[in-house]
Amino acid sequence: MVTNTISVSETPQVLYALRRADDALILGHRLSECCGHAPTLEEDMALANIGLDLIGQARALYALAALREPSLEGGRANTEDTYAYLRDVGQYRNLLLCELPNGDFGRIIMRQFLYSAFIDPYWRAMMKSSDAQLAAIAEKAEKETAYHLRYTSEWVIRLGDGTPKSHDRMQAALEFLWSYTGEMFDTDEAEAMLQAEGMIIDASVIHDGWRTTVQTILDRATLTLPQSAWMQKGGRSGRHSEHLGFLLAEMQQLPRSEPGAVW
Amino acid sequence: MYTQALNDLPTPHNLEDAEKMANFQTRIDSEDRIEANDWMPEAYRRTLVRQISQHAHSEIIGQLPEGAWITRAPSLRRKAALLAKVQDECGHGLYLYAAAETLNASREALMDQLMEGKAKYSSIFNYPTMTWADIGAIGWLVDGAAIMNQIPLCRCSYGPYARAMIRVCKEESFHQRQGFEIMMTLAKGSARQKAMAQDALNRWWWPSLMMFGPPDTDSQHSDQSTRWKIKRFSNDELRQKFVDATVPQAQFLGLTLPDPDLRQDEVTGNWMYGEIDWEEFKQVIAGNGPCNQDRLASRRKAHEEGAWVREAAAAYAARQVSRHAA
Repeated sequence: MVTNTISVSETPQVLYALRRADDALILGHRLSECCGHAPTLEEDMALANIGLDLIGQARALYALAALREPSLEGGRANTEDTYAYLRDVGQYRNLLLCELPNGDFGRIIMRQFLYSAFIDPYWRAMMKSSDAQLAAIAEKAEKETAYHLRYTSEWVIRLGDGTPKSHDRMQAALEFLWSYTGEMFDTDEAEAMLQAEGMIIDASVIHDGWRTTVQTILDRATLTLPQSAWMQKGGRSGRHSEHLGFLLAEMQQLPRSEPGAVW
Repeated sequence: MYTQALNDLPTPHNLEDAEKMANFQTRIDSEDRIEANDWMPEAYRRTLVRQISQHAHSEIIGQLPEGAWITRAPSLRRKAALLAKVQDECGHGLYLYAAAETLNASREALMDQLMEGKAKYSSIFNYPTMTWADIGAIGWLVDGAAIMNQIPLCRCSYGPYARAMIRVCKEESFHQRQGFEIMMTLAKGSARQKAMAQDALNRWWWPSLMMFGPPDTDSQHSDQSTRWKIKRFSNDELRQKFVDATVPQAQFLGLTLPDPDLRQDEVTGNWMYGEIDWEEFKQVIAGNGPCNQDRLASRRKAHEEGAWVREAAAAYAARQVSRHAA
């Protein structure tokens, strides 16, 4: 049957894989928007590179979700493309941080830094997962995210400690993004089950190390950690900002216009 | 960076004389490669700077029409491949600006010329990408035409340019196969997909033929470039090679080339094509193509919006140097 929407059987394992895949895809998509428009050719290539890494990670995680998802009615199975192109906004499970519009280069860098400072140690810890496939995905992803963290750290320092104008822009980016960082460390019952099996780690254990990394880099960048403790959340359960709908409308338009077509 | 060692050299025209010119031509004739620090006629340097910078600009502007479809690519595989491809184009631009730097032309100055509308780039990138099939057509036809043009440049007499082209051609040939595969998928797809592929072919065919430049009878720079072995084949020779290679590919796809006069010459086997609309070509080159304004505006916008980043990076680097010295 040709379909233009899908249902997903979100067992804890599937939900887990989709959350991480959606983070990577949506953030990778945002970075891909910069291609051809970055401040220098070198940065154009670097942002595309990071975007490509993230899209690659998303594909591996969607493939895992498809493997772990119980067969649908009629024996049909979801694929990386049905997950990406045929789910509606409320079915997406990514962090709000990843879907925020790019803004200027400073905000792109700051968003990537805050995420990379979390996801790099996260994947490093996940290399010890009891699930061999997840451990393999983590091992490959960590090599990439280590570079993303290094690249963005250097730019946060350079721009924070550059000119008064760049300093102000970076501080503004940090203030804007800060309340979206708390969601990275959240956990819920579905994930607690997988944690108990040793399949995944508890993201909250990453928090202190993340905070130290962020503080260290911000100090060198002469930037100030925001004081606000209020944290936005909702992406993990499908409650998104207004921005994701526009992103998906653009991304999904073509496959949805020709149900069942091969591209 | 590449040009630092050249900064203190005397200007070449002071040294030009008949003997040096003769030696230079002898080196060219014996297929010797000219390198950055070698003596060269000023006109040779100028010709190369013009050609290499136009090529670099074409890569950077060429990111825009295809880049417009990265966020709309219809599968994750296509999305990753297109992003990687457009990134390659940026890399080619960077590589070529570096080759121009070996001739004492800075990237900043060349980019300023581009943004001021004083420099040329390939006319093909002033056409719009309306549908996904345009991404296939560009890969197949535009990259195909670029390869025809660029393979001989791998033997160009100027070493840094020739070496840059070897790498560029490897990537371009991958892009061309990728584009053909998109066209094949569409041509075998639904009626709507096939119509999309045909429509893209209709729009991109003639502009692709124009990529080889004016007919030999009108080409201004060819004779000297040929003597200097910058150019190995004439515009019309390359155009004919491209048509001969592409016609069977279109037949394989089951698509129709939009040229009622196209026929195969029984004696030579060449595919003879109809009249090219050179007036359209002139208009696009003169800035009146459908996207000339958009392309330059996008380039300027990226440059202006990035100014604070480049200034901050320079300020930070300068401070690091002074801290280090202190």
